[in-house]
Order: sequence, then C-alpha cells, then structure tokens
Amino acid sequence: MERSFEKYFRQNRLPHLWCPGCGNGIVMKAIVQAIEKKGLDQDKTVIVSGIGCSSRASGYMDFDTLHTAHGRAIPFATGIKLANPELNVIVITGDGDCTAIGGNHFIHGCRRNVDLTVVLFNNSIYGMTGGQASPMTPTHKKATTAPYGAIDRNFDACRLAEAAGATYVARSTAFHVQHLTDMIAGGIDNKGFSFIEAICQCPTSFGRKNKMADPAKMMMWMRDNAVMKAAWDKLPDDKKTEEKFPIGLFYNESETDYATAYNEVIQIAGGADK
Amino acid sequence: MSKARLMQGNEACVEGALAAGVRFFGGYPITPSTEIAEGMAKLLPTVGGKFVQMEDEIASMGVVLGASLAGKKAVTASSGPGISLKQELIGYAAAAEIPVVIVNVQRVGPSTGQPTAPSQGDVMQARWGTHGDHPMIALSPWSVREAFDTAVMAVNYSERFRTPVILLMDEIVGHLREKVELPEASAIEIYPRRKPTCSRAEGYQPFTPDKDLVPNTANFGEGYHIHVTGLIHDDTGFPIGSPKITREVTKRLHEKIDIARDEITHVEEYFMDDAEYAVVAFGGTARTAYEAVANARKKGIKVGMVRLITIWPFADKAIKKIAEKVKGILVAELNYGQLVGEVERVVAGKCPVELCAKYDMTIFEPAEIEAGIDELVAGGKA
Ligand SMILES: Cc1ncc(C[n+]2csc(CCOP(=O)(O)OP(=O)(O)O)c2C)c(N)n1
Ligand code: SF4
Ligand SMILES: [Mg+2]
Repeated sequence: MERSFEKYFRQNRLPHLWCPGCGNGIVMKAIVQAIEKKGLDQDKTVIVSGIGCSSRASGYMDFDTLHTAHGRAIPFATGIKLANPELNVIVITGDGDCTAIGGNHFIHGCRRNVDLTVVLFNNSIYGMTGGQASPMTPTHKKATTAPYGAIDRNFDACRLAEAAGATYVARSTAFHVQHLTDMIAGGIDNKGFSFIEAICQCPTSFGRKNKMADPAKMMMWMRDNAVMKAAWDKLPDDKKTEEKFPIGLFYNESETDYATAYNEVIQIAGGADK
Repeated sequence: MSKARLMQGNEACVEGALAAGVRFFGGYPITPSTEIAEGMAKLLPTVGGKFVQMEDEIASMGVVLGASLAGKKAVTASSGPGISLKQELIGYAAAAEIPVVIVNVQRVGPSTGQPTAPSQGDVMQARWGTHGDHPMIALSPWSVREAFDTAVMAVNYSERFRTPVILLMDEIVGHLREKVELPEASAIEIYPRRKPTCSRAEGYQPFTPDKDLVPNTANFGEGYHIHVTGLIHDDTGFPIGSPKITREVTKRLHEKIDIARDEITHVEEYFMDDAEYAVVAFGGTARTAYEAVANARKKGIKVGMVRLITIWPFADKAIKKIAEKVKGILVAELNYGQLVGEVERVVAGKCPVELCAKYDMTIFEPAEIEAGIDELVAGGKA
C-alpha cells in the first residue's frame, strides 16, 4: 500500500546515499509530513538546500528543488520567494552550512523576515567531509579537526535566530518525530522567517568519535536530554546540566514579511499595475 | 520621439537592463558601481520589479540566481573586491545554466587597490574568474549610449544561452556623462525566457539541449518539479558520476557559445580601409585611442582602430583578418597587459604586436597612445 507521504518523494532517486542509522531521513520525512499536513501545493513548493549530507535531501523530494552552493541556500531562497511570492519556500541546511559558511546569510535572512521555513539538520558535525568540527559541535566533543576535544564555544542557533529577528523559532529532535513535524508545520504557517533546529544523529562522523556509534543510543540520548520548553522553564538552574537542552516553540511573533513590505514600496513607486 | 537626456554610463546601464525586461536586482554598494544599485532601487519598483540590498556580494549573486530560477530576469553589479566574492556563484550559474547578468564597473586592483580610479584590469578575471572549465560572454561599452545597448545585449545573451554574462564596464564609462537619446521600447529586441517544449507526461527533461545546444529549462513553480544543482548532471538535472556525461556536459557548455561565436562577437573598425597599422582597444580606453588614431592620421600615418565590444569570446576572426593586412598592431589597455596576450595568440607572429599599457590610476592621454603608434611605425621599442 502506498503511504500518503510517498507521493512527495522521487521514488526513482531512492535509496538515498545516507549511512545506515543516519538521522537525515527522519528529518526529511518530518518535513514532507508537515507539508502534507499543511496541504501545500506540490507544484508551488520549492525545496532549497546548501551543501552537506543533509542538503542532499532536496534531490529525493518531488518538488521543484534546488541544491545550491555551501552556505548559500538562504540567499537563493530569498531570490525565489521575492521573485514569486506565491511559492512556498523551504530551506534545508546543515549546522556547518547554516552557521559557519552561511552564518552571515542566516542572520540577515532572519533580520529581513523573508517568508521562508528553514530547517537546520543539526548533527553537531561536518558530516559530508568526514567529521570536522562545526560551530555547533559542543565544546569538549571530539572531531577530526578537534582530536583533543573542541575548545571553541558552540552556537545556540535558536537564540541566534531569535536575536537576529526570525519571527518563528523552534527546536525538536529526530527522536521526537511527531513533535518535530508539528514544529515544522508551525513554521510553514508563520508568514515570515521561520527557523526550526532539528537535532539529529550522525553515527558515522560524530557518534564514532564521541563514544556513541550506535544510532539507537544517540536517539536515546535525545530522548533523555531533551526537555519540553514548559518543563525547561520551570527547571531549577542546577538541573540544567550540560547535556540537557530545551525543545519546543521558543518564539513566534507576527511581523510584516519582506515581500509584503516590498509590495508597499511598489505601491509608493507607482509600479503596482505593471 | 524619445528625448535626449544627460546621463551617466551607470544610469544608462540600469535603463538598458530594465528595457531588456530585468525585474530583479540584488547588490551591495561599491564604488564605482554604486549608482547602478541606486538606480535599480529607484526604478525597479516603478515597473513592478524588486530591488534588494544584500549583506555581501556572495549573497547578492545567490539572490539573483534564485530570482532568475523563479522566472525573473535578474542583474547584479559590483566592482573589484565584490566581483572576486561573486566568483563561486558565477560558476554555479555557468554549471546550472541560469541566465544572469553581472555588471563589473572595473576599478584599480588587486585588493582594495584604488577604489575610485579607472582600470581595465579584470579582462582575465572576466574570462576565468571561477574554478573549472566554463565558457564566458563579456561585453564592454565605450559610451553612455553603448552602456544601454550592451546592457540589453547582455540580458538577451544570458537568456538565449542560459549562461552568466559579464557586462565589463570601466570607471571611465560608468561615471561618464553624455547626452543620449535612448531607443523607443518598440525598437528594442528582447529575447524572452525559454520555455519547456513538452509536458512532464511527454517525458520533459529540464536539461535536454535544443538544436542550439541550450536547454529549455522550466522556471520554478510551473509544475515541472525540476532539480537544479551545481554538481555535474545529465539531462534530468540529477548528479551523475560518469566520465561520459562529465565530458559531454563540459563540451556542450562550451559549444553552445562557440557555435554562435560569429553572431555574438561584435567588433567595430575605424579608418581601417587603407590602414597599415592598427590600434586594438576597448571600453573607455577606446575613446582616447580613437583620438590618438585621428591625430596620427593628420600626421600622415595610415593607422586605424579596431574596437572590441565583445571581449569574450575573443574576436579571433577579426583580429586574424587584420593581422593579414597590417604591418603592426598596438594594443592599448589600462592594465599591465592582459588582452595583448590574446591578440598575440591570434596574430601568431604574422605581424609585430606591441603593448601600450597604463596602470597608474589615470586614464590615457591621446599623446601616450600616439607615442605608442610612433614606436610601432618606427619598428618597435628601442
Ligand atoms: C565553499 C566550500 N567550502 C567547503 C566545502 C566542503 N564541504 C562540503 S559539505 C561541508 C560541511 C557540511 O557540514 P554540515 O553543513 O553540517 O552538513 P552535514 O554534512 O553535516 O549534513 C563542507 C565543509 C564546499 N563544498 N564548499
Ligand atoms: S556521515 Fe553522518 S550525516 Fe552523513 S550520511 Fe553518514 S551518518 Fe548521515
Ligand atoms: Mg552537520
């Protein structure tokens, strides 16, 4: 029996190239389930990705899809949305793609409040290039370029997005699939820059280096350490240990999105009927 | 009748792009190209188009490629350091066959160089400024009116060949003010966005080349569910690690431009009918070269000028023809010597080729090029 979400995949491009146990497939499926839930028109939805293991997802999804250059998905997506605001534009990016090489585009995308839904696949590592440290590799964790443990401090991409002006900010994990789907669906609903951090496992490049090579164990780590926002807010500080992190909707405010604001510019300039 | 207006080269470039159907611009300010961004910010919304100031030139390049994929004709403009930042995504446009125009109002480099001073030092960057094998079209205007005309041409070529086109201006023409009469809209030929020739059900593939070797790729949002990537891909648009496809795609990208080379390589000749010597120049420098040639003629030297409007692909045929008939060629360029290498390659020893180079942040004086002509006539440098 064909499951309802299967029509959103390019069956002839599968199986995917991800390692066994990789979390990317779970997050990709959560995205299409959010799309299905929101009833987005498949012909009017564009998936834009950067470069990385996670960014290969665009090729498997049956929409107009764009696999850009490393870090540049948000500028391309901005151009698509402004050129044709009737399109739903969803961005797939990795922790390195979004917060290292694409960091500047990320904060300015948030600031402009372009109506995009950005899903960051956070596996805490540069997966595709074989396990180098990213700006979201937690301090003290190991990577091929941090063989003695990272001394860099890591970004909290959600706090970064909120501070930069994103109008919808949420986090979930590959373990909490239903919750993740809901968080993405909420982002699609928000008419503005929506950012969803999806924590997912990379057993090959991150797990093996950090005594968590078993993908099931990595997911149990998510189960055991993720704390729903409402509970997190009540948690005393001494219980917020290094491994624990909040998930849920952190921020959602309605603000005029960029394309709508630009329509006013066109009105003022007298180009509305052109 | 359109009225004559006093305008700057950069402004004419904006007018030309709009006349050619451009409805999207993304940019970041940098002298001496800034007036193009400012002009676009002012005029685009008056025709229902959009302007966006991005956080840097990399983003500017990305945003115009996204807009183009979604169906809008799109332009970005920059200079020196900004063009260097755009390079990776210029290659993306070549690989993914996305129509786009990049205006480079050249200034003195390398690095921050001389920010407000004229130069023609980006001739080779225009040709090779991204990694890997790729073809390139670059046009260079010498007047304000021609800034308009080449802007139209650049947009048309980008659409026709689905390739990035560089409008290689220089500070001289960019900031030059002249009285110009722009053509009526009805007199301007516009190359429309190419359209898919069949439906998905009929087996549409977004990168199947047409007879002219250019694909009829759909825009996003038209129901074709296309995939666009900077990875080497076959007709389906999907990446494939095949030596055969890699070879075929690389070849086709070059050949789609090569087979139209005669048509897109524009060269103008002045005083060449009886010329025994020729000065080769382009852009703002050609204005001075023209005066130098006219002065030399008054002194009785049979010298003419060959002006390249199309810089890339290089005018092999025209230069070869001239090398057959003249006793010597002088290449005048505002750099340490870039185009001269191409002229030498094509002339291949048929006549002497001398370089008249200037790279001191000032424009040529006619006397400097005249001195070059005198040396050429006297049989080369002492
Ligand atoms: C300009 C540029 N620099 C470097 C690379 C090499 N590169 C490819 S993917 C990648 C890291 C990807 O990490 P991330 O964004 O976290 O994605 P993941 O593979 O973990 O999903 C790097 C450094 C590149 N493709 N382009
Ligand atoms: S390297 Fe990591 S992120 Fe990449 S496919 Fe393998 S498990 Fe997934
Ligand atoms: Mg990663």
